[in-house]
Amino acid sequence: MENTIIKFAMGTCGIASGTQDILNLFDKELSRLNYPASLVKTGCMGHCYAEPTISITLPGKDAVYFGNVNEERARDIIDHFLLKGDHTEGIIPPEGDFSRKQLKIALRNCGEIDPENIQEYIDREGYKALMKCLTKKPEKVIAEIKDSGLRGRGGGGFSTGLKWEITRKSKSDVKYVVCNADEGDPGAFMDRSVLEGDPHSVIEAMIICGYSIGSNNGLVYIRAEYPLAISRLKTALNQAREQGFLGENILHSGFSFDIEIRYGAGAFVCGEETALIHSMEGMRGEPTFKPPYPSVSGYMGKPTCVNNVETLANIATIIRNGAEWFSSIGTATSKGTKVFALAGKIKRTGLIEVPMGTTLREIIFEIGGGIKGIKKFKAAQTGGPSGGCLSEQYLDTPIDYEHLLEAGSMMGSGGMIVLDEDDCMVSMAKFYLEFSIDESCGKCAPCRLGNKRLHEMLVKITDGKGTMADLQKIKDLSVVIKDTSLCGLGQTSPNPVLSTLNQFHDEYVAHIEERNCSAHQCKELIHYVILPDKCTGCTVCFRNCPVEAIYGDKGEVHSILDHQCIKCGICLSKCKFNAIIIN
Amino acid sequence: MKEVTITIDNTKHSVAKGLTVLDAARQVGIDIPSLCFMKLHDINIENKPGGCRICVVEVKGRKNLVPSCCTEVEDGMEIQTHSMRVINARRTVMELILSDHPAECLTCAKAGDCELQVVADRLGIRELHYEGEKTHLPKGNSPAISRDPNKCILCRRCEMMCNEVQTVGCLGAVNRGFHSVVTPAFGNDLINSVCTFCGQCVAVCPTGALTEIDESAKVVRALNDPTKTVIVQTAPAVRAALGEEFGNEPGTLVTGKMVAALRRLGFHYVFDTDFAADLTIMEEGTELLRRLKGYLAGDTSVKLPILTSCCPAWVNFFEHQFPDMRDIPSTARSPQQMFGAIAKTYFADLLKIERKDLVVVSIMPCLAKKYERARPEFQQNGNPDVDVVLSTRELARLIKLCNIDLNQLPDEEFDQPLGESTGAGVLFGTTGGVIEAAVRTAYEIHTGKELPKLEFEELRGMEGLREATIDFDGLDLKIGIAHGLGNARRMLEDIRSGKSHFHAIEIMSCPGGCIGGGGQPYHHGHVEILKKRQLALYKEDGSKKIRKSHENPYIVSLYKNFLGAPMSNLAHLLLHTHYFDKKY
Repeated sequence: MENTIIKFAMGTCGIASGTQDILNLFDKELSRLNYPASLVKTGCMGHCYAEPTISITLPGKDAVYFGNVNEERARDIIDHFLLKGDHTEGIIPPEGDFSRKQLKIALRNCGEIDPENIQEYIDREGYKALMKCLTKKPEKVIAEIKDSGLRGRGGGGFSTGLKWEITRKSKSDVKYVVCNADEGDPGAFMDRSVLEGDPHSVIEAMIICGYSIGSNNGLVYIRAEYPLAISRLKTALNQAREQGFLGENILHSGFSFDIEIRYGAGAFVCGEETALIHSMEGMRGEPTFKPPYPSVSGYMGKPTCVNNVETLANIATIIRNGAEWFSSIGTATSKGTKVFALAGKIKRTGLIEVPMGTTLREIIFEIGGGIKGIKKFKAAQTGGPSGGCLSEQYLDTPIDYEHLLEAGSMMGSGGMIVLDEDDCMVSMAKFYLEFSIDESCGKCAPCRLGNKRLHEMLVKITDGKGTMADLQKIKDLSVVIKDTSLCGLGQTSPNPVLSTLNQFHDEYVAHIEERNCSAHQCKELIHYVILPDKCTGCTVCFRNCPVEAIYGDKGEVHSILDHQCIKCGICLSKCKFNAIIIN
Repeated sequence: MKEVTITIDNTKHSVAKGLTVLDAARQVGIDIPSLCFMKLHDINIENKPGGCRICVVEVKGRKNLVPSCCTEVEDGMEIQTHSMRVINARRTVMELILSDHPAECLTCAKAGDCELQVVADRLGIRELHYEGEKTHLPKGNSPAISRDPNKCILCRRCEMMCNEVQTVGCLGAVNRGFHSVVTPAFGNDLINSVCTFCGQCVAVCPTGALTEIDESAKVVRALNDPTKTVIVQTAPAVRAALGEEFGNEPGTLVTGKMVAALRRLGFHYVFDTDFAADLTIMEEGTELLRRLKGYLAGDTSVKLPILTSCCPAWVNFFEHQFPDMRDIPSTARSPQQMFGAIAKTYFADLLKIERKDLVVVSIMPCLAKKYERARPEFQQNGNPDVDVVLSTRELARLIKLCNIDLNQLPDEEFDQPLGESTGAGVLFGTTGGVIEAAVRTAYEIHTGKELPKLEFEELRGMEGLREATIDFDGLDLKIGIAHGLGNARRMLEDIRSGKSHFHAIEIMSCPGGCIGGGGQPYHHGHVEILKKRQLALYKEDGSKKIRKSHENPYIVSLYKNFLGAPMSNLAHLLLHTHYFDKKY
């Protein structure tokens, strides 16, 4: 009889939420019970909102997913689901809204296979695409990728096939294939999840790319803060070498290719390909002006094809199923699927993959289950610090490269943060700008200084000192920063400001003219007030105030000294009589 | 040469393929402003990080403005250099740069020479619309170079000079974004770094972020001290550049007017470092011949090639970076230090004054000389052989301070006995000059014959690495020349790996030699200035009656009356030195 297979989602996030303990518990209990089961550690299954997540496949049955598996639920699953075959709490419905609208290509193996066991990858048609390619002419492989319409998933959206073709045509004795795993957008974790859950899909694609462009050298540039992804990648590389997929004379084809890992120190700008290359060369991680593009002169001055993790994760499937199949998915200009890291004020946060052209509404309200609590949707932030906010009016916009640009945002690498009415859009713009200021390399003046000055003007506004003239200055400066900056970071960093200014103009005006932040996030614009008719003089607020800004005798109405108050909100949360309000 | 057709500001032009938009525009008379960009044509020095974004232009079909300094022309390219969009962007970027720049123009050491100010003025900036936090970092001092990171605009020229041209690796950008700063490692001062004080960072800095340490006040004080006898020596390269500070064309020799000015400043004796250069040739040339003889006789303890040692930044460089090879350079001190040692012994004795009452001032094209004069081995009981070093720029300021109009002065002669020099001595100011001077003397001493022709054209020029073979009456003397420390590094690596076939190598740290020194009037990226200074020195050599160091009568008498012979015990004590291991 076949064993029951129990899979544990053990990406970094799963491990952090305690999945290892749950696995230990299953291991111990099932051994004690002598229950025949195989326990498998997989990568992320995508249900961030329901970690720890596991899946159980009973012999001859479909997999059943369980979310929020704590010790109690684990015992429940063992006692009832496994031993008695009863229904158990915590089942994530397989055809639920979370899964129905999704289509997994890049994430096809994530959460399904043990990333540290190459056989599981091979069993799911792994390395078949490579074998197929090695019998074809490189030009044919490139044509397939070009025809598929695959575009770079790192943010730029450049045609992957064209990039390969240009690198192939660049004449050189040595060429490089670089996998860009320097994921850095706040709230984005697509690349990490792919590398933690399915490293071979990236390795296979790099070998195919090497074969196509005429390169024998692969490099993975990965941030050192991704230790689990690094260790699984290393294991996968070793296994691929042992199996003859990597190294000299791959599968007796005469083609040789190997991959080295290079560590990044976590600089966002090193996701920009020229900066990434300089960092790999041991130089300061700074971009240089393009052209020349890396496909002509890249790492060590040699033609270099830089592809993002998610882009690469699509390659093998395209080769196996054909360009026609892939290009049948998506919109006119954006083919295939896109992985998003769905986060923010949403019921079901997670790692999702949807066909291009899916609307924001479908993602947020169907897959994501809508806004948490009883709050109202305000905006979705896409594209991280380079992107913008999409308000309600864009909910039915099909998501692809062009539509997002038109809407004043961008695809970026796939972070998506959902905001509700408690989020201040000026503060949101300020937050992303702060990120860009921290991560600017400092090389070009408009990015180094322009973003700083923009940020200072936003601070003026959130401090209640802004003027309407500042709004015009912000717009003017933003345009120049975008127009003159050296690399993609500076050329897009004002986007969060411009898009919020465009879509939430009234909110900016309210901050300036009424000194009012409706989301109550701008501390300089809010005041905590004790309502005399509701205050009982219980002294709870007085005792909990960390800065002694509240006074009043026991039994008497209390007051708050506004100039001393640090707007921490503790008094409001502690008051049992709803006597404290924000004015 | 292939040509492409481009349209700049609505006019069609044919320009060479491969040019940048900036170069192409300047060739057709359109001078696009630039700031971080700097190019010394022909000597392979170029800085174009594309960082300042001042030179941006509009190119039809490109989404963003492009920096003209690093965009190549393409056939059919349509370029606008002064559209509304371009002017607005340029002015805004300049305002941003100025919003993080101290408004200390009136008191800045770079006043009148500041490229930032020139470009800001060209862009008509009269008001700053953006203001906010300014960089506020501590200033850094050293014996030679003053750093004010608050005035740095991150053009990265210094970094390029220090790392790519000089391969010293002292200066580099650290931190990110607004906090980016160019600094020695770990925020150390220059003195606690691998800095050689070559001053090439200062030579290219467009603002007052890197300047010389100004010591002219010390000179004024000494000149006004009745108990002191103050003498001055002037290096060869100074006379070929000082005139520029007074509106003269580059390459104008102002030797006589310089002497007259120094006399009017109050120096008691105006001497010439060229005299000491002749002395250096006597010592270094003798050392070369001795080592050569030993080598040819099969003495395996003798090392060749011999390397010149008159450049103090070069000495610092090999002490830091090649300390294992410090037995290869000549032990001869630099002309500045030879002069100081002779002045404070021989000349003080002649004047019958005590060493402490004699103040020796040097006028140098160099900033490393400030460091060199302070080295402990060049002092006796705390009294240095050379008391103060002023750069060419400091001298020009001092002359102006004292209301002297250099151009109206008569030509005057140096004083004796330390002011007589030969054409050989004056050549020390340019790359190839030291070795040419040495060959003139070594040839005649070695062969006992008179040279048929004094000009060794094969040793002249501006190539970074040069070599020549001189027929020493049957012996082929192989000579190498390097200027720029990056080229010096290549020479040293060849020696270390046994690939070098030279008998003697001349090394100068600064591109062009001392004429391009860190203390010279700023060249602002114009390499032809260096070339004109070089020609001026060759002209001075050609005009001299005596052109071989060993024929300088005052040198002959110095040996006869004081030193004995080259490399005598006394010569060793006063004119030679030893080197230290300064590896980090």
